[in-house]
Amino acid sequence: MSTINKNTSRRNFLKTTGMTGAALTIGFFFPAWAKENGEIITGGDAEGLGIELTSWISIDKTGRVTLLNHRAEMGQGAYQVVPQMIAEELEVNLDQVNHVFAPGDPKKFGSQVTGGSSTVRGSYKRLLQTGATAREMLIEAAAKKWNVSKDECYAENGQVIHRPSGKKFGYGELVEDAAKLEVPKNVKLKSRKDYKIVGKSAPRQDTPLKTNGKATFGIDKKLPGMLYAVVERNPRFKGKVKSFDDTGAKSVAGVKHVLKVERGVFGYLQEGVAVVADNLWSAMQGRKQLKIEWDDSEFEHLSTAQLYQRMKDDLNKPLLLDRAAGNFEQAFEKAQKKVEAVYETPYESHSCMEPVNCIAHVEEKRCEVWGPIQAPDWIQQDLSQRLNLPIENVVVNMTFLGGGFGRKAFTDYPHEACVISKAIKAPVQVVWTREDDMTQGPFRPGAVYGCKAGIGSYGNIVAYQTKLACQNMDLQSRNPDMTQYNGSAIEGLAKPLLESIPNYSIGDVPTVSPIPVMWWRSVYASTNGFAYESFMDEMAVAAGKDPLEFRKENLGSERYQALLETLEEKTGWKSRGKNSGWGVAITECFESIVGEAVKVSKNADGKLRIDKVIAVMDCGWYVNPDIIRAQIEGSIVMAYGAAAKHETHFDDGKAVEKNFDTYKMPRISDIPEIEIHIMENEERPGGVGEPALPPFAPALCNAIFDLTGKRIRKLPFNIDEV
Amino acid sequence: MASYNLLVNGKNYTVEADPQMPLLWAIRDLVGLTGTKYGCGIAQCGACTVHLNGNPIRSCSLPVSAAANQKITTIEGISADNSHPVQQAWITEQVPQCGYCQSGQIMAAVALLKNKPNPTDKDIDALMQGHICRCGTYPRIRKAIKTAAKAMAKS
Repeated sequence: MSTINKNTSRRNFLKTTGMTGAALTIGFFFPAWAKENGEIITGGDAEGLGIELTSWISIDKTGRVTLLNHRAEMGQGAYQVVPQMIAEELEVNLDQVNHVFAPGDPKKFGSQVTGGSSTVRGSYKRLLQTGATAREMLIEAAAKKWNVSKDECYAENGQVIHRPSGKKFGYGELVEDAAKLEVPKNVKLKSRKDYKIVGKSAPRQDTPLKTNGKATFGIDKKLPGMLYAVVERNPRFKGKVKSFDDTGAKSVAGVKHVLKVERGVFGYLQEGVAVVADNLWSAMQGRKQLKIEWDDSEFEHLSTAQLYQRMKDDLNKPLLLDRAAGNFEQAFEKAQKKVEAVYETPYESHSCMEPVNCIAHVEEKRCEVWGPIQAPDWIQQDLSQRLNLPIENVVVNMTFLGGGFGRKAFTDYPHEACVISKAIKAPVQVVWTREDDMTQGPFRPGAVYGCKAGIGSYGNIVAYQTKLACQNMDLQSRNPDMTQYNGSAIEGLAKPLLESIPNYSIGDVPTVSPIPVMWWRSVYASTNGFAYESFMDEMAVAAGKDPLEFRKENLGSERYQALLETLEEKTGWKSRGKNSGWGVAITECFESIVGEAVKVSKNADGKLRIDKVIAVMDCGWYVNPDIIRAQIEGSIVMAYGAAAKHETHFDDGKAVEKNFDTYKMPRISDIPEIEIHIMENEERPGGVGEPALPPFAPALCNAIFDLTGKRIRKLPFNIDEV
Repeated sequence: MASYNLLVNGKNYTVEADPQMPLLWAIRDLVGLTGTKYGCGIAQCGACTVHLNGNPIRSCSLPVSAAANQKITTIEGISADNSHPVQQAWITEQVPQCGYCQSGQIMAAVALLKNKPNPTDKDIDALMQGHICRCGTYPRIRKAIKTAAKAMAKS
């Protein structure tokens, strides 16, 4: 794997990727004013027009295809599915595609933030069109050379073939001519039934790099003359440094510099003291010798108990309304049966296995960073502003990420690395220890939900209300407007359900807290799904109905009905045994719908055991079913952790859990058999990396209720104590 | 600071290090083999697992001074070309997602299969329990260990 270091003008692109000779380069040109719609043009045209080409793909004289991938690879499979889409339409084999991570540049690539499960659903059309356009140009070039009609030619395996004569040209022989052609418009895409690569479980190209130690993660990257730094950061959020004594630290062999540093955490600058050494271990030893006096004047010393009290109090405040119909209060008052429940979900650390780290090299007029980075374009923007450098002089390079889950879309850690590099005038790698990574945040916000429903005489829902109190990730500047609904927090909450209910109101109250919060795999849906689908089960019980039947009655759309029928069939729902408990949950987020069923039973010693999870994914059009299965498995494991294993507590304004001895992760023995089914339909593609996470916790708790009659409304819970 | 001879993957390296420097950092920063990963520093996650005289150990918690002149094997020493049956099984079952913890997982699996050539689910639970994977590749790790066991039994 290589990364592009300098700017990515086409000439530099060709040089740095080691491509041979004249090439056909085509990609989208994004005019600055057009966010989504770009135009496909060639590299040559771009140069002629004096514009920067979005270099999606280049084919050189040997026929090798180089793809500039605009998305990060953090385990979710963008490294594989982006080339799969290109290779399908371009008619080449996957192993002919060489892969290069694109540096951060929103002008060229549109949004590069790898989040919201958006790689496929956000760019599949562009990618397919780019591949198909290049293919048609190569066919046209071949037809011209043979002086035949292009209708007599077709492309296959990196060659254009003249059907009547069987004559062939390799793509490499055609690129020079093809590059001179006019780019055809609205090229016809292949039909799904003709796909050879898309829709198939092609083994991931990055796997062999990850089984022999060769994959370069951020923490593995080294630059000549690079120094290493660790930072003792104020353990309280928004905290500053009052004074420090560096005598001890400087006496450690290998330590070169000790300095005060800062990093931007939303609207605030949080401070710490960096120890820079010629190796990481010396920096860590030096850090232990620091004596620092902190200034915590800006921060309330909050505890977990205070935070949750605050959220519960917020439930009594006026709702920032998302949607409403009829008159909830009146209908609830008159309802035959009333159901009420409050649910609580925990703050969580991302705890990617690769702790946060970043290399920065700041020079007088430019700056370059390397690291496990989920949002290169945001980081480029942020560094340009903070370092007061023109944006084109800020180069942000992505390595492989050892997990991201939202944490590595934040901009604080490259900023801090740049502050250090600028001060010491050398390239530096800042490595966060596990303790730094786990205690500094940003965290998944905890949440409290107030749910109420009125059930009518036929077991129908006549009134429904969900109030969500939690910190809003978009309201973390210095003076946020807390009075306007911003629509962000409701993802995955009661999406299709409300269509059938006459009286409802749903919305949130943003809780004020100094804890920095950020996306955590499936974001708000990761906790919304728990309240929504647990309450669905409570309503079914109150209505005296079978939980699966109740969902069928209330979730109208065809897609939901098909998914529910699949769940019913795969679980053998109607013939399920009495000695075990079954629970189901279905949630929708990032344009995919996932249903999960969990089976639990008791061991001989009376302890609860999860026997099996069955997951049904409806993500519409898809690229790689094995990657989908892997993402569902991973989502379930991560959901299990947040449901039954770990939580970040706060005490005196500091995070309590510092490492895996107290922040307990799911282990191999915790994970039951997972059976997965993918729905086949003609819907547009939905997300894959996140949507399977939200339904697991409610399905598990609903199963526990089915077996024991005990309703779990607060996560995490101890499964051994149920 | 002192000088140590480290015998890593059959090659001798002389390193200058603080005697207390964990073997992990000596392997990564002084020998220059970065396949072995830092995950927690307190022997809780298994990302740093290497073999010392054939046995899996947590290199984050063993001082370099205690590892001198002994046989150390890292992921790079299992095979560079992915020819080891455990690496092969990891590829067949498409285990890695982000891949960061997989060096440690593979080192543990290689050691497990040496002692238990035909492991049960319980054996796998017991011997892989110390290895965290945040991506959640556990179901595939279990499958891959069984696939590797079958391949090794045949050869």
